[in-house]
Amino acid sequence: MNLDAVATRPEAEAGAAGPVVAKMSIQHLNFFYGKFQGLKDINLDVAERRVTAFIGPSGCGKSTLLRTMNRMYSLYPGQRAEGRIMFNGRDILDSDVDLNMLRAKVGMVFQKPTPFPMSIYDNIAFGVRLYERLSPRQMDERVEWALTKAAMWNESKDKLKQSGMALSGGQQQRLCIARAVSVKPEVLLLDEPTSALDPISTAKIEELISELKNDYTIAVVTHNMQQAARVSDYTAYMYLGELIEFSATDEIFLKPKRKETEDYITGRFG
Amino acid sequence: MSEHTYKQFDAEMEEIRSGVMAMGGMVERQFARAIQALKHAEVDLIDVVANDEQAINQMQVNIDQQCSQIIAKRQPTAIDLRMVLTVVKVVNELERAGDEIKKIAYKAQQIQRPERLSTVRAYEITRAAELAEDNLRLALDAFARLDVNAAAQVVSNDEAIDFAFLAVLRQLISYMMEDPRTITPALEIVFIAKSIERIGDHAKNIAENVVHVVKGKDVRHATAEQIRAEVAE
Repeated sequence: MNLDAVATRPEAEAGAAGPVVAKMSIQHLNFFYGKFQGLKDINLDVAERRVTAFIGPSGCGKSTLLRTMNRMYSLYPGQRAEGRIMFNGRDILDSDVDLNMLRAKVGMVFQKPTPFPMSIYDNIAFGVRLYERLSPRQMDERVEWALTKAAMWNESKDKLKQSGMALSGGQQQRLCIARAVSVKPEVLLLDEPTSALDPISTAKIEELISELKNDYTIAVVTHNMQQAARVSDYTAYMYLGELIEFSATDEIFLKPKRKETEDYITGRFG
Repeated sequence: MSEHTYKQFDAEMEEIRSGVMAMGGMVERQFARAIQALKHAEVDLIDVVANDEQAINQMQVNIDQQCSQIIAKRQPTAIDLRMVLTVVKVVNELERAGDEIKKIAYKAQQIQRPERLSTVRAYEITRAAELAEDNLRLALDAFARLDVNAAAQVVSNDEAIDFAFLAVLRQLISYMMEDPRTITPALEIVFIAKSIERIGDHAKNIAENVVHVVKGKDVRHATAEQIRAEVAE
């Protein structure tokens, strides 16, 4: 299912950041946890500088799909993917892909905030040092830039030496987003980024997602359907490892094509 | 349509739908009384019709309130969202139909005065009123059963009501040209005819909303033919 096949409202596209181009193209993807098949023949394009949301009940494979996009699964023996995920002209499922470079290009933020036990400043500088050699002044600039991108520079600039662990949950999550952004990725994968946060922190992260899509391609997994409706341009509904429907978000939440999708988003599931 | 995981949500949706049906039933009854007043000079019916109109207004307020609560509490999507929005619009159509019916009843009272009764006889007007009455009933049926074919029929039928309205108008113009003394009573009847024609439009709008609930397509400005094609898909 590629972007051409996804109907979009022309007026919504006209004002947005340029035409819709596939940043990542997932083709005939199958995924296995040992013998169990977690994803079945997934075909989908993730649009550049747009937000693509993945929704579906627990165990439907949405997080699994996200974890294939930066090969997070390669950390675990027994997990394997078949098919292709084309990104910048090459298949990231190839065995000779440099996983560290891939994960710098395709950053990920998890459900629970995971700041490192170090200062706010070092939380960001740590990742940058893995990929780049910057002078102290350049590093200062990069930290400020990343924290600004994550909409927390103002509240953290006077306490950069404080531990990242001392921040509130919402601030910790934004720190993690700043950390992911700091290495200048092209794609951001957000796996239920607000499920552990209070409504105000959630609203700030959602606002941040809308800001970040001007520069990044974003894929977000969420259990909160209203969140998918609010933040995304495209929505994919998954069930039991299959992609049931992939459409413009406006369409999915007003008039989905498939009955299964309608039952799920209207709360008639199970 | 299967049930929601939240049974209470189902109950709330059922309540607004049955509210629309109760309100629709009230408007139908009120319309029947107004037509009776028109045909048989039953002047006492006027007060009854006016009271009905008050009750209909109150029903609209209550149902709107219930819809607001559903939106606030349940954040309905897809077909549920279309249903809630449609209920808000349908009760608005019904309320306005109720206003027109009240106008018909008042005008009927005026033309029944002895000095006006003699000259003008617009037989076509009861025909138009009966067509509008049937079409309103069909529109409410289409809503109750979410029947898009019936809805398409309502839209087609509306043309017959418009035609009947023009027939009344032509007839009255002939009267007025022939004898200026008929102008005042004829104008009263023009107003009645116009109200009937408006009730027909409200029935048509209700039917178009039914198509929107079921098909997800907004057919408000489509022709009867386009709507038939949409429904057939």
